[in-house]
Amino acid sequence: MAFTIKINGANHSVDVDGDTPLLWVIRDVLGMTGTKFGCGRALCGACTVHLGGNPVRSCVIPIERVGEAPIVTIEAIGETPVGRNVQTAWLDLEVVQCGYCQPGQIMSATALLSINPDPSDEDINNAMSGNICRCGTYLRIRDAIKAAAKSLASGAQKG
Amino acid sequence: MSRVPNNGFSAERDGLSRRTFLAASLAAGGGLLLSLRLPHPARAAAPVAAPIEIDAFVRIDRDGTVHLTMPYIEMGQGTYTSISMLIAEELEVDLAQVQYEHAPPNDKLYTNPLVGFQATGGSTAIRASWQPLREAGAAARMMLISAAASQWGVDEGSCRAAKGAVVHVPTNRSLSYGELAEKAAMLPVPDKVKLKDPKEFTLIGKPAKRLDGPGKVNGTALFGIDAKVPGMKIATVAACPVFGGKLKSVDDSKALAVNGVSEVVHLDDAVAVIAQHMGAAKKGLAALDIQWDEGPNATLSTADIVGQMEAASQKPGVVAHSTGEVDKGMADAKTKVDAVYQLPFLAHTTMEPMNCTVHVRKDGCDIWVGTQVMTRAQAVAASITGLPPEKVTVHNHLLGGGFGRRLEVDFIAQAVKIAMQVDGPVKVVWTREEDIQHDMYRPSFFDRIRAGLDADGMPVAWHHRITGSSVIARWAPPAFKDGIDFDTVEGAVEPPYALPNMRVDYVRYEPPGIPTAFWRSVGPSHNIFVVESFIDELAAAAKKDPVAYRLALLEAPRAKAVLQLAAEKSGWGEKLPEGSGRGASVQTVFGTFMAQVAEVNVSKQGEIRVERVVCAVDTGIAVNPDTIEAQVQSAILYGLTAALYGEITLKNGRVEQANFDSYRALHINEVPRIDVFIVDSAEAPGGIGEPGTSALAPAVTNAIFAATGVRLRKLPVAGALLSAT
Repeated sequence: MAFTIKINGANHSVDVDGDTPLLWVIRDVLGMTGTKFGCGRALCGACTVHLGGNPVRSCVIPIERVGEAPIVTIEAIGETPVGRNVQTAWLDLEVVQCGYCQPGQIMSATALLSINPDPSDEDINNAMSGNICRCGTYLRIRDAIKAAAKSLASGAQKG
Repeated sequence: MSRVPNNGFSAERDGLSRRTFLAASLAAGGGLLLSLRLPHPARAAAPVAAPIEIDAFVRIDRDGTVHLTMPYIEMGQGTYTSISMLIAEELEVDLAQVQYEHAPPNDKLYTNPLVGFQATGGSTAIRASWQPLREAGAAARMMLISAAASQWGVDEGSCRAAKGAVVHVPTNRSLSYGELAEKAAMLPVPDKVKLKDPKEFTLIGKPAKRLDGPGKVNGTALFGIDAKVPGMKIATVAACPVFGGKLKSVDDSKALAVNGVSEVVHLDDAVAVIAQHMGAAKKGLAALDIQWDEGPNATLSTADIVGQMEAASQKPGVVAHSTGEVDKGMADAKTKVDAVYQLPFLAHTTMEPMNCTVHVRKDGCDIWVGTQVMTRAQAVAASITGLPPEKVTVHNHLLGGGFGRRLEVDFIAQAVKIAMQVDGPVKVVWTREEDIQHDMYRPSFFDRIRAGLDADGMPVAWHHRITGSSVIARWAPPAFKDGIDFDTVEGAVEPPYALPNMRVDYVRYEPPGIPTAFWRSVGPSHNIFVVESFIDELAAAAKKDPVAYRLALLEAPRAKAVLQLAAEKSGWGEKLPEGSGRGASVQTVFGTFMAQVAEVNVSKQGEIRVERVVCAVDTGIAVNPDTIEAQVQSAILYGLTAALYGEITLKNGRVEQANFDSYRALHINEVPRIDVFIVDSAEAPGGIGEPGTSALAPAVTNAIFAATGVRLRKLPVAGALLSAT
């Protein structure tokens, strides 16, 4: 069955079964490999993308449920001010280790800061506890989210 | 640790200070190509008999770019950055000038002298590279200076290298490395290489930005699972869920009817579905009707294995360490303390599930994978396909976690077998369930430990018997000497304490059918838990403070110093709220001295919260302190996940855990505060990827004892505390 989905501003037509998880359309059919596979059951967050602005686990979203909602992946998140600040904070604080879970972490963090510019520790726990990192970069993730919030706030003041 | 047999991951580092032999040549396209050869130190128990050479390659292009071929792989530990720092320091270039590429498989050129072949593991990369890679950088620097001096007709002593150029100091003339590279390549390699005085280091010892950072925040970093080959199909696989079982028959008619599925491949012990994408492959796999011949382990359970280990541990094992007279010491002791400790099988759960992309052709084979063992990947593919190894090309990638799992090539072998039945390239991706249920596990252990104490409560006799699987016996048979696996007893045979009359013996027990393998911190992950818990038991028996008790027994000044520092920074001795306690551990493994103090709260309902971990580490010269802090945090959380939750259990020959719901990982909301204190040191660097993991569990269980009086001799904590209270 044919579906047209909008990813990072561009339309893509694919011919797959309607129950095919969005993750595999993104990775295998369209070849955008920044979004990662970790568990297949929405337990680890590695596959997080934004669907209509909300963070979702693409491994459990059937393509037939996507509709016309725009999808943003790690490849384009740096084009948004929040995403760009999050990526910069990630680099400034040297968050990454193996790096495999980080696209998902960054997508979840960006979604959080987009609706909550000054998250508390509890807000961060709530937004990020679905993203597993086996390298244990959590302490720096928390610090980087706060750093990104700070730089966004000072940027907003300047603007 | 320096007294551990010099035969593998624990090789003595002083062997590396031998002269490195360097050779220079003109690089393709002009420029300087420098290779280095390090004669392997003579080792009685080396896994490979012949002299081993280590080679790395430095190439300087005409534009001044320094290319470094990375003999060690990057799995998050920061090796690509710290290896680059070593060479850039001596070469006098900015890290920004360094470019790196993965080394191809070649045991001759890229052997890890501490392992015996081209492997990344055992926290060895910096220990193995510290001397030779700095020497490579220094030799290149001296040759570039020599080339500049000869071009200017001046004395070499009047020139110096800085920031990728040679400067003639009196006249301030300057030539860039790019301009000098070709001329330098024609010069003889200096007989004597002069390394910088550590006081002059500008890179080593200062936090450096990871070179692999940018690609890992924007989605461009390529892991094995991201390999893209034209015409590639995607496969997923189901191996017999019972270890040792075989495929009997399979009805694949429904799978073949799934849109996007092209074929179903049968192996002796597995079935793979080949499709256009993973969604179709998984759907196809679920539609298969498979009949397994479950084989001899069809009724195996965890209780069977524990029972077999317990029985095996009744009889003496092979003596791994013996000093003094243990039996007399025991007989003379005023009191005795006995304990049994048990550890579970553990999975690795790297975030990137096992995967491998293979294209088998008549005349060759290409493999795209992330592996810790490049030449083993090549060799296993050659052996299965019947091709000569040089016809097998391995394209290495970043690893989405290693933790020892990717020291194994089982998943590569399986992918090659599948690819041999597929026309064109195929990427085999394991589901998370397959990854957990067909891992190769950190062995389960059953330890008996006993001490005799004098009237003052201090140990006068010590007997530790370890029963469990030997990974080394399978993975590096020549290193399994006289029944002893040096890794399995590491951390037990040479505790940092003054223990008169001591014996450690090892009973090898191989669980039926269950594959065992290395895991982050391997042997010490088990032994440090036992030894550091038991020392705590002795302190309690002696009614002494556990830190003071340890300090009285510690011999090495560096071990004492880290324990004192961790205790001080943790507020050891200060009052805590009811239900809270502090626990300590100290260890000297992987060439690194480390102490941890954990602060734990146990609620009245038995809920455990690790509030804080303080870690003091002396790892010698801290090449990249930022990475060291990150690795210690990482290793602590890897250890904490395992200590709290980690346990692979079996029922009817099958692993009962399947995904992150049943094999838990720590989440961000469960992470304690972690304070890492790095001790200044002028000693050669130690290993840092793993020590934090082994030190963590005993610190936590000792803290639980301090908080509750309940001594946990079994992991994981969650289950053990429940049954203890």
